[in-house]
Amino acid sequence: MAAGKGPLDQFVIKEYVPLEFAGLDVSFTNSSLWMIIAVVLTSALFVISIQGRSLIPGRAQSVAELYYEFVHNMVRNGVGADGMKFFPFVFTLFTFILMCNMLGMIPWSFTVTSHIIVTFALALLVMSVVILYGIYKNGVGFLKLFVPDVPVWLLPVLIPIEIISFLSRPVSLSVRLFANMLAGHITLKVFAGFVISMAALGPLGVLGAVMPLLLTLAMTMLEFLVAFLQAFVFATLTCMYLHDALHPSH
Amino acid sequence: MEAEAAKFIGAGIACFGMAGAAIGLGQIFGNFLSGSLRNPSASQGQFTNLLLGFALTEALGIFSFLVALLILFGA
Repeated sequence: MAAGKGPLDQFVIKEYVPLEFAGLDVSFTNSSLWMIIAVVLTSALFVISIQGRSLIPGRAQSVAELYYEFVHNMVRNGVGADGMKFFPFVFTLFTFILMCNMLGMIPWSFTVTSHIIVTFALALLVMSVVILYGIYKNGVGFLKLFVPDVPVWLLPVLIPIEIISFLSRPVSLSVRLFANMLAGHITLKVFAGFVISMAALGPLGVLGAVMPLLLTLAMTMLEFLVAFLQAFVFATLTCMYLHDALHPSH
Repeated sequence: MEAEAAKFIGAGIACFGMAGAAIGLGQIFGNFLSGSLRNPSASQGQFTNLLLGFALTEALGIFSFLVALLILFGA
């Protein structure tokens, strides 16, 4: 490639401050840096936008309020009115993932969510909350989640299927987010590479480079949509799983 | 056959999985369009469901793309 860098180089983890704690590598890396940027930026945006706290909201305050209402509705429709105690959890999760995805769209930045370990940790957190709260709330009744409402002779077939589908939830939840971010960024890089290598061919090549350039532009817009959608899907599925924890019987 | 050549052929075959995602996406948008032309007033409320279906289906196509990438660049 003309740029001299492969499409996977943007995902390389760089150590800034090497640290070790109890035999574990806890170095401060570019991943940690961008996570901190996401958290600080989110907090700053919300603190600044509700600074006035007026009854008639200004521009920034209405954006914050609209966003709050959006997540509020998502939790209310997904988990139900009795699940509103999970609102802060889903709100934090959604905002963090959305911020990381969007920051990853900035050129030369680092996409935290393009690493499976980050998304898998988030998915495990969700599943732990679902299982622990489900058992705390329903006791043994939580196992009704695996018993669908069908004739008894079908149960030996369906119960293993339900258990396998439950166990594959954290995998599909994390791989969906990570694969989308990874594949999207690689596709952008490859198409942008076409532009450079075609333009290097001469005047006729520059003319030919217009098409991949327009395509890159369209792909970038699609990537912004995907960055939002994947955060939304992650949060919506979290709501669905939490709903299962609250109401295990089908 | 050289291992390197088999790698490229495998990556190409893995991309066939994307055809399934393409069919699925066509189904989703086609059915949404036909439904919303029949009842335009109800289409606004189903827009989030459309996007949700889009993202869930698209992810499966991305999975096969990921397999191709792992074959090409993985260890």
